[in-house]
Amino acid sequence: MASIQGKKMNPTRFHRSQIKFYLVLVPMAILTGLPIVFIFSQALKPLDELYLYPPRFLVSHPSFSSFRKLFEAMNSSEVPIYRYFYNSFLSTFLTVVCTVFITAFAGYALSKKDFKAKNLIFSINTTALMFVGAAVRIPRYLIIYEIGLIDNFAVHIVPALAMPVGLFLVKQFMDQIPNELLEAAKIDGATDWYTFLRIVVPLSRSSLATVVILTFQAAWNSVEASELYLNHDNLKTFAYYMSTLTTTGNDVAGIGMAAAATLIMFIPNLVIFIFMQNNVMSTMAHSGIK
Amino acid sequence: MKNKLMEWRKREGSAYLFLAPYLILFTLFIVLPVGLSMLLSFSDFDSVNFPHWVGLKNYISLFTSDAVFMQYVLPNTLKFSLIAGPLGYILSFLMAWMLAQIPKRPRTVLALILYSPSMTSGVAMTVIWKVLFNGDQTGYLNSILLNWGFIREPIQWLQSTDWLMPVMILVTLWSSMGVGFLAMLAGILDVDQEMYEAGYIDGVRNRFQEIVYITIPSLKPQMLFGAVMAVVNTFQAGAIGVTLSGSNPTPQYAGQLALNHIEDYGFLRYEMGYASATSVVLLLLILVSSKAVFRVFGEKE
Repeated sequence: MASIQGKKMNPTRFHRSQIKFYLVLVPMAILTGLPIVFIFSQALKPLDELYLYPPRFLVSHPSFSSFRKLFEAMNSSEVPIYRYFYNSFLSTFLTVVCTVFITAFAGYALSKKDFKAKNLIFSINTTALMFVGAAVRIPRYLIIYEIGLIDNFAVHIVPALAMPVGLFLVKQFMDQIPNELLEAAKIDGATDWYTFLRIVVPLSRSSLATVVILTFQAAWNSVEASELYLNHDNLKTFAYYMSTLTTTGNDVAGIGMAAAATLIMFIPNLVIFIFMQNNVMSTMAHSGIK
Repeated sequence: MKNKLMEWRKREGSAYLFLAPYLILFTLFIVLPVGLSMLLSFSDFDSVNFPHWVGLKNYISLFTSDAVFMQYVLPNTLKFSLIAGPLGYILSFLMAWMLAQIPKRPRTVLALILYSPSMTSGVAMTVIWKVLFNGDQTGYLNSILLNWGFIREPIQWLQSTDWLMPVMILVTLWSSMGVGFLAMLAGILDVDQEMYEAGYIDGVRNRFQEIVYITIPSLKPQMLFGAVMAVVNTFQAGAIGVTLSGSNPTPQYAGQLALNHIEDYGFLRYEMGYASATSVVLLLLILVSSKAVFRVFGEKE
């Protein structure tokens, strides 16, 4: 009789039979990781190594000259460097905080409240998972124009707050919280608001952390608002400044600066994800579309 | 009447209160743009004068007289999404399946590496790809291939009509292990051990049968979520050809996808009605793909 292979799922220790998986996974991880390693390497190359022919993949004498150049270039532009960073931090922070609250409210209503349109709204939201924002840029522009968000800092934040994937994940996660718990709280005299804040939110921390990560990545990397809806440079973000480097900086020094900027963009995403990856994994276990 | 309203408020009011902020923003920035796109697609609109109704004219010209759309944009979009979408999805599933079978520590590290491309922004990465695929001998790939004697002349990867599309697909595959991949990994780890034991008693004989009869069926909800994410990511990657080659339109339209066509007409030529018609066609394409995916994975148990 065949042995029970499924026992091999989620093993606690190394076993010889796992070697074949490593033989696939490790080369795949190397292939995937190479461009990431390349960003680091490229960003740390001094000017003469960027010019080097034949080109070498890894940096041999790491230096911060590209970073220095980047900051010099930003200082000499009309908008001071800290302005771009300030805009990026502020808009990302506000987007993340507001999205988490809005999504938690909506998730609570869709998961724990009874009302007629509940299933309809949730299935519309599930359809909206397929929504590709870039496809409807024109009407989006018209709407943003009509509500007066053009050249307004809020345009970084407001259009990004409704995130169908976030709501979907949070609602599915909240479905795991037993209704009896909420009913017991109600009998004990807890208000709706108290139940939400003291029971539902703490128990759905993981899924809310996942929303934090997804929103952060989207907001931090976003150039849409700076590109389309803002005319004044002092309202634009670091991500936008970076994208101008990649389109104009074709000389070698430009390439080094662009790589340095890419690295600055990438690191926060990485750090936040590493800190929160446990939350993400426990959220994703409930992510199924049923 | 008033009583009924009071009753409704008492019963459902608090639900809507919690839902209101999301619902308002969702309607304003997702539902309304889609609706407006449909309306505009039946009009002639240059962004200055008020749009006037032209019926199906935009759609008719899109499918009958827009040679670029029929010859390049539509076939490219289909080719790109039919290759990059399923391939990225299968890759994600296989990687997740293998990762589930190694211990936690190496799994976490490898999963993080595989996921990391999803954390880079498209714009940011062009700087890296442009250097790796640079068209002269200083490009890294060219330099290696020249060195090893595979090619004699450097290849213009990003300007060549033969190579732009494969490079686009490769870059998209590289970043295909995103949220859907994490969902499938978590899902596989979450499958009840007893399912496997029962399966083997019922006559599952090898790993392949195990995947087909146990893993995939118990994973259907996550597989569906992953598939929808794959569809969306693939169509969203549509601008990649323009960022890689550095021009819209791309060289001889080799990497021109629907999103670029919309951009081209909407923001370069200000033919908003026509661009909207293209948007509607793209959204329909996404919807049809997702429906197909639902048909495969989404049956109710």
